[in-house]
Amino acid sequence: MKHLPAYFTFWHILGHYSLKWTAYLVLAFLMLPIVIIVPLSFNAEPYFTFTDGMLALDPAAYSTRWYQAIFSDANWLLSIKNSFLIGALAATLSTVLGTIAAVGLSSPVMPFKRLITALLLSPMIVPLIIIAAGMFFFYTRFNLVGSYAGLVIAHAALGVPFVIITVTATLSGFDRSLYNAGISMGASPVKVFWDVVIPLIRPGVISGGLFAFVTSFDEVVLVLFLAGPEQRTIPRQMFSGLREQINPTILAVATLLILISIALLVTLEILRRRSERMRGTEF
Amino acid sequence: MDVGRRPGARERRDGTTNGGIGTMPLDANGAFLSFRNVKKSYDQKTLVVKDFNLDVQKGEFITLLGPSGSGKSTVLMMLAGFEGVTSGDIVIAGQSVTRTAPYRRNIGMVFQNYALFPHMTIAENLAYPLRVRKMNKAAVKDRVNEYLRLIEMGSFGGRYPGQLSGGQRQRVALARALIFEPSLILMDEPLGALDKKLREQMQYEITRLHEQLGFTVIYVTHDQTEALTMSSRIAVFNDGVVQQCAAPAQLYERPSNAFVADFIGENNFIPGKVDRIEGGKARVTVAGGGTITADAAEGLKAGADCVLSIRPEKLFIKPTSHAYDNELVAEHVTHHYVGDFIRFYFRVAEGTEITIKVLNDLAAPDLKAGDKASLVWLAKDCIAFPA
Repeated sequence: MKHLPAYFTFWHILGHYSLKWTAYLVLAFLMLPIVIIVPLSFNAEPYFTFTDGMLALDPAAYSTRWYQAIFSDANWLLSIKNSFLIGALAATLSTVLGTIAAVGLSSPVMPFKRLITALLLSPMIVPLIIIAAGMFFFYTRFNLVGSYAGLVIAHAALGVPFVIITVTATLSGFDRSLYNAGISMGASPVKVFWDVVIPLIRPGVISGGLFAFVTSFDEVVLVLFLAGPEQRTIPRQMFSGLREQINPTILAVATLLILISIALLVTLEILRRRSERMRGTEF
Repeated sequence: MDVGRRPGARERRDGTTNGGIGTMPLDANGAFLSFRNVKKSYDQKTLVVKDFNLDVQKGEFITLLGPSGSGKSTVLMMLAGFEGVTSGDIVIAGQSVTRTAPYRRNIGMVFQNYALFPHMTIAENLAYPLRVRKMNKAAVKDRVNEYLRLIEMGSFGGRYPGQLSGGQRQRVALARALIFEPSLILMDEPLGALDKKLREQMQYEITRLHEQLGFTVIYVTHDQTEALTMSSRIAVFNDGVVQQCAAPAQLYERPSNAFVADFIGENNFIPGKVDRIEGGKARVTVAGGGTITADAAEGLKAGADCVLSIRPEKLFIKPTSHAYDNELVAEHVTHHYVGDFIRFYFRVAEGTEITIKVLNDLAAPDLKAGDKASLVWLAKDCIAFPA
């Protein structure tokens, strides 16, 4: 029993515990569908349900066959390769463009700051299906539909807002006199940017890049519109897997994706703490 | 007072007496740095700096002093190149710099918030201006060690700025501005963030380095004590205009107008009316009927209203052994015990208050509120300004 304040009446205590249990229930509601996938992906049978053997914790009822299936299926291998390739290229592109945009937008002499920010952030707000449809018709003119370049550009556009937001946040804590100090010591603006500005905003740049990567990594709508069979990505393959050959392979893929997400979240948290420490040394 | 009237400036701009910029590093009248009719406006309507003129000799320690918003920082920013010049010219060693990029001006700068790069160690911070200049590694290392010793922080090279105290950071910032041996150093309220004791230490440190290395300093501050103790000359700014530019002692003893008299140090102001002016001395009738002799400031006219200014430490309470030639009766209001001195407050007729600093010794008078006392002072310690 926790130490509740002595003045608590019965109703206080009731309220306290019902709030606590409601919170746990909400958490379970959010987490269960995700967590349940993990044991199911080790199912020895091609079912989406727990077999009797699994419930009895019989080792024979568990297997890693669906994981093996991923790595022996050419389609899955292609889509994994595509997801990482497109994700990495799109993240790189949006990190570079987003950082430049954020630096420009944080300049005190930048005109139409709000309008430009709103335009650049719009991919985050406009429904994906509208962007997808628009891009499909636009890209047809440039023969970009069904090409890697098309998908990379499209995903980069989706990732740019995240980079702008994170880099702008780090730049807001950037002391402009550091820039002036670099200039006064004889370094050109470009050199000061590389030697001073970039190292100090690096945590924001990297976390923006990671967000951009994740955005591309789990994006399916644009892929459905713009990708040909050669450009199929993991989400696209899972989507068709659900419709065509239902087996726990997609559960195994989902489990791997959960692990990747956790790794990314941990990285972000570490970066955030590092940036806070950096901030602490600034005066 | 005329701040920067420069005989010969006209000829040089015409090129008639120009002996070639390369062969003549100094200005025609020997100035190392000249501001000529410099004006600055941010909105094209109001001038933040109105016609600033100043000639600085090599090795001088010039302080720009003034209340905030008086334009002193703007002058510094224009000199550093972070702000453009609206009109006029800034000349360093005979060369106009108004069209030179800030990173090509070779001017060292110390910022109020130190502006040390937090991701670089102290040694890396100091090495940065040298690295930019592509100095070879061994020479950089030697120079960094030399300057670490100079600021007495020899063992701090490997630390990060976040691990240093405010005073140490400012010393590093100073060394970093000096290490590439610029002939001109700008300091923008460099001691503003330090507490009183550290500030005094740093004033000493800056003066020591200035005397040792002989660089030229343009120093911006709103702290007059700092300005008085460190400078060879002080330019007092108000409202975008230099009110007076003179050596500290002259500024304090002979302020050229009421603003300077009020801004620098403490001062008492007594309103009065000028009876006549003779040989630079004014006879002034003050409210309450007394007649005072004072030095007449520029622009004072007989028959006009004026204000008399007298420093609190130049006033004495009778009986006194000090010589005097002015006397005024006043009513004692209260006094504050400060420690090394006692501050007496007196009221002369019609609500004009006078402060007197009396050394805390045996001669300090024992007065009660309402007591009348005779205040006396020398005519040469008193200046009459036009009201």
